[in-house]
Amino acid sequence: MAEEEKNTLVEILEEHNPIDMVKYIDFVSAPQCGAISTFSGTTRDTFNGKTVVELRYEAYVPMAIRCIKSIHIFLCQVKMELGLGPVPVGETSVFIAISSIHRIDALDACKFLIDEIKAIVPIWKKEVYANNNGEVWKENSEFLQEKSIGGRLT
Amino acid sequence: MGETELETTRTNIDIIHEEKNDNLLIEVKVLFFARARDLTGTSEMSLGITCGSTARDCLNKVIAKFPGLEEIRGCMVLALNEEYTPLSAIVKHGDELAIIPPISGG
Repeated sequence: MAEEEKNTLVEILEEHNPIDMVKYIDFVSAPQCGAISTFSGTTRDTFNGKTVVELRYEAYVPMAIRCIKSIHIFLCQVKMELGLGPVPVGETSVFIAISSIHRIDALDACKFLIDEIKAIVPIWKKEVYANNNGEVWKENSEFLQEKSIGGRLT
Repeated sequence: MGETELETTRTNIDIIHEEKNDNLLIEVKVLFFARARDLTGTSEMSLGITCGSTARDCLNKVIAKFPGLEEIRGCMVLALNEEYTPLSAIVKHGDELAIIPPISGG
């Protein structure tokens, strides 16, 4: 466990700055690892026919970091960055880089980690629409499902 | 006073405080995020509540103060000191209770 913690880095940026993906890929690189898998979450330009201008993110930061670090991934290294504040269309709000000895673990872990973030990590986004179509707090189905089974949210 | 006498005195005072628990008011910090903050108009408040109260008791008192929160009572969850908590959890003085509407990270 201590070894994993040393190799897992989570950063939550209070103000949105472009994410330096190369830096994080370099961070997880290791001679013994044969694969690096990454995931980027980016702001889409439409939702249900409405044009999206930007997403605005906020988080319960200390709890979010604690939640993410509690997600057990037995691999070489994990580096994740989350940006808060406004994230315009096309830009990245979350970036994950994971390395492993064989590719299946890194690929599986990327999917697992983003699914877990959507289910349990206290981060919220507001979708802001163009043409005075207002703004809406989004709700992840993964969270609603986790809540309905009693799970880890109680 | 000798050391033993001092310890005995402290123990007696602790017992008196325990017996009077029901009447003791404690203070809990309540945090509102996202839609909860929109509904209350504030991101945090200090809640005075009876010692021995549960997270549910705190929530009821908060909703009594901010009735608009009733709208998300069914879909929200609570966190006590940065960990998800059942409504039945007992709160202590100085605890931090967060009102967590449905999340949408990622």
